[in-house]
Amino acid sequence: MSINTVAAPNSFVRGYEAVIGIEVHVQLKTKSKIFCSDSTTFDAADNENTSPVSVGMPGSLPVLNREVVLMAIKTGLALGCKIREKSVFARKNYFYPDLPKGYQISQYDQPTCEHGQLYFYVNNYKKTVSITRAHLEEDAGKSTHFGQYTLINYNRAGIPLLEIVSGPDLRSAAEAAEYAKTIRDIVKSLDVCDGNLEEGSLRCDCNVSVRKIGAEKFGTRVEIKNLNSFRFIEKAVDYEIERQIDSIESGTPINQETRLYDPDKNRTFMMRTKEDADDYRYFPDPDLLPILLKSEDIEKIRKTLPELPIQKSERFQFTLGLSKNDSEILTSDRMLSEYFESCGQISGNYKSAANWVMGDLLRELNQNKLTIGDSKISAKNLAELIQFIDQNKISGKIAKTVFTEMWQTSKSAQNIVDENGYSQVSDTTAIEKIIDTVIEKNQSQVAEYRSGKTKVFGFFVGAVMRESKGQANPDVVNEILKRKLES
Amino acid sequence: MDLLTASFQDVSSAVKNKKISAAEVTQFFLNRIDRLNPQLNAFTHVNINAVADAELVDAEIASGKNTGPLSGVVFGIKDMLCTKGMPSTAGSKILQGFIPPYDATVVARLKKAGAIIIGKLNQDEFAMGSSNETSFYGNCKNPWNTDFVPGGSSGGSAAAQASRLTMGTIGTDTGGSIRQPSNFCGIVGIKPTYGRVSRYGIISYASSLDQAGPMVSSVTDAAKSLEIICGHDENDSTTVKNSVEEFSKNLNPNIKGLKIGLIKEFMLGQSDPDVEKVFTSAFNELKKMGAEIVELSIPLIEFAVPMYYLISASEASSNLARYDGVKYGFRSEFKDLSSVNLEDFYAETRGEGFGAEVKRRIMLGTYCLSSGYFDAYYNKACQVRRLLKNQYTEAFKKCDVIFSPVTTTPAFKIGEKSTDPLKMYLNDIFTTSTNLAGLGGMSVPFGMSSENLPIGVQLTCAPYQEQKILNVAYALEKVSLVQGKVPRVY
Repeated sequence: MSINTVAAPNSFVRGYEAVIGIEVHVQLKTKSKIFCSDSTTFDAADNENTSPVSVGMPGSLPVLNREVVLMAIKTGLALGCKIREKSVFARKNYFYPDLPKGYQISQYDQPTCEHGQLYFYVNNYKKTVSITRAHLEEDAGKSTHFGQYTLINYNRAGIPLLEIVSGPDLRSAAEAAEYAKTIRDIVKSLDVCDGNLEEGSLRCDCNVSVRKIGAEKFGTRVEIKNLNSFRFIEKAVDYEIERQIDSIESGTPINQETRLYDPDKNRTFMMRTKEDADDYRYFPDPDLLPILLKSEDIEKIRKTLPELPIQKSERFQFTLGLSKNDSEILTSDRMLSEYFESCGQISGNYKSAANWVMGDLLRELNQNKLTIGDSKISAKNLAELIQFIDQNKISGKIAKTVFTEMWQTSKSAQNIVDENGYSQVSDTTAIEKIIDTVIEKNQSQVAEYRSGKTKVFGFFVGAVMRESKGQANPDVVNEILKRKLES
Repeated sequence: MDLLTASFQDVSSAVKNKKISAAEVTQFFLNRIDRLNPQLNAFTHVNINAVADAELVDAEIASGKNTGPLSGVVFGIKDMLCTKGMPSTAGSKILQGFIPPYDATVVARLKKAGAIIIGKLNQDEFAMGSSNETSFYGNCKNPWNTDFVPGGSSGGSAAAQASRLTMGTIGTDTGGSIRQPSNFCGIVGIKPTYGRVSRYGIISYASSLDQAGPMVSSVTDAAKSLEIICGHDENDSTTVKNSVEEFSKNLNPNIKGLKIGLIKEFMLGQSDPDVEKVFTSAFNELKKMGAEIVELSIPLIEFAVPMYYLISASEASSNLARYDGVKYGFRSEFKDLSSVNLEDFYAETRGEGFGAEVKRRIMLGTYCLSSGYFDAYYNKACQVRRLLKNQYTEAFKKCDVIFSPVTTTPAFKIGEKSTDPLKMYLNDIFTTSTNLAGLGGMSVPFGMSSENLPIGVQLTCAPYQEQKILNVAYALEKVSLVQGKVPRVY
């Protein structure tokens, strides 16, 4: 069985085709930096997370953090990459005050991961994108310009990054944004990155060019740097495509340059031309040994990989029958999908579990700005609630009340139902008694009904439910009421 | 006890037995520094807290604590090594005022063994030089004759040790910087196998070649201090995990049957007659002791000097990029910092902070690594380096130790070569291949020149075979004309 997809629509714009490649800088979620034991906490005071190594003091030397390599391998495998048995760190030499050593340690011609591929869905069509490489590098510090002065915070210097470079395979802004989201979902599901674009733990640079439809040669490429939301990726790429076409149409060739996106004005603007680009003088860093990996160790790591979000989403759709939208939301966060699966498994009703999680639970979480990990209702408790509904122990309406109380008190559904006597009444004799009373009290409405005004049936149902404090099983009520009124 | 001739072992046990205090030993050398350093300029910094440091060692001994094997032994440290709380400048203006908050691993290990750090020693700027003339802090002089250079780059270490301003010193050797000045000043210097000694806290010149080692007065002291400073360090991933032998305990002057290799390419008559004479007499002694002589050829040695300058300059151009005036050390004075653009800030600071030789090598290295030249220079040099290493591996299948001169001449006069960099670079002709191939190397004083300057011989071993060269050196030392001589400094 496969998901029904449509063929990729052509995304031509005014007779041109856009060609887009993306570099995603993934900040790996290690406790310490890539080449020293400095902490990586986000909220440390300025220059608190530093040491002689991370500020490049004379004589200090880098020592590779093994955890970083493990995370790179996991990510590489998830991206379908080949993991090199030997990878090498090089020095990328350039001067900038927030680059403490005057060079950045980065993998260059021998990256840990290369030649991968991934796919995702954009508006119901399946898109496959090649991954050229994913290489490890250290982050630089952060410059903040204050009037005439620049202050530098080196807390970020040495934070491990995995730069994932796609092939020039994307053809529209929507594809670009969806690709970035897919990468985000993957690294989150692997627990190697928190995936937070605003805090910069995921940073995207888009390379955009346009060419006439049918042209083989790529156009001149422009890099848009530091896009920090999926929406900005889409808008910036869209803007850039139009700008480049305008430029070509008006007879001005595109310059190879780096641009930034201004979300307020929704436009890109030039940061620097590539003509004054540095010669980085890459060479292997003599302070670090090559990373040597055995294929059996790589295979061992492969076995520890979790199911990836896109595969999980497909499974939710085919085997659990969820909608595409629900599946995508539920799989965008590993803990959320685990919660959902656990709830569905215990209750035996995945559809209902999806509805509760997507509806009431996410609403509460969002309103309280909480993540699934902070949920006041455990998956097991929510499953119990679903079971109560399915077993007709409580009505759907009462269930909403129970849910709210569960959220407020963190008590189990059983406790709340017991304490409040919420159990649904299906006992026909008890319901019959209530109905008799209602009929007794409302003789004029009975006459109306019997004279053919059957619309008042609803009035009786409401009255019975009120009388039973909502606990009567509505199906049973309907059946008995009908019988009694019509007799 | 004569502190000028006493071994580490002698002093350390005397201090532990409270026959003399570490403070007294330290004071003795401080007095010598006071008296003799003005003529030599061997020190860039004298530790004013040295006596207090020594008193701490004495206090530990008094309280019955078992202190280390170098208790009370006074060490001078090349300024290339970072010393906590003491200026560490690499002989450069650009690091003027830099006081590291950490000790190099080598220094930390010496301290842990009970050694007293008495000060920092002069050197060529960033270890780039063979005469100590490129130091920003003035050239150091040869204690045998102050008109002559002490050699370089560890010139301060050699001069201080030869004149016994210290009991031991640490130097660094990237292309001969321990062995050549040891040779010029008549002391024992050992450059350990690459990976033996941690480079952590040693200011980098050429990371794939740099190695620190002892520069001392005897082979026994060399063996003792080497076993203390070497061994794996978790702060330097290029250190090997090999266990450290007890070099001093295993010293054995019986070299009967040991295979001594002579490299054909080093015997082409490049050397000064005095050097030839000393070399031949040492050679004859080795034969007398029963060593077997093996003739070898390592053809790629011909390219060692150009290979060395391409690789070391390339690495240096990157290693020295961090000295930008932003974080520490020297920064040019700017009247109004806010109106200076970044490029000018760098250019001014680095232009003023680095000396001519350093700039020359940064430019050479930058050029070698530039796109379009990388393959022809840096990469080619690395390829040939691998082949050179292979040739050495083959050679060491036929011999235990390679025997050669250290330099073509004894110490030369101050100013004699400083105007001609190429002439200066040829000083390294016999020493650089050791670093390129990652071998162990040693300089042992053996004879005197007609101008009464010491001349040594060089011993080279396969990786991690330092015991072998120490043993040969130990045997030669017993018949050396220089051993135990202390120059009179005027």
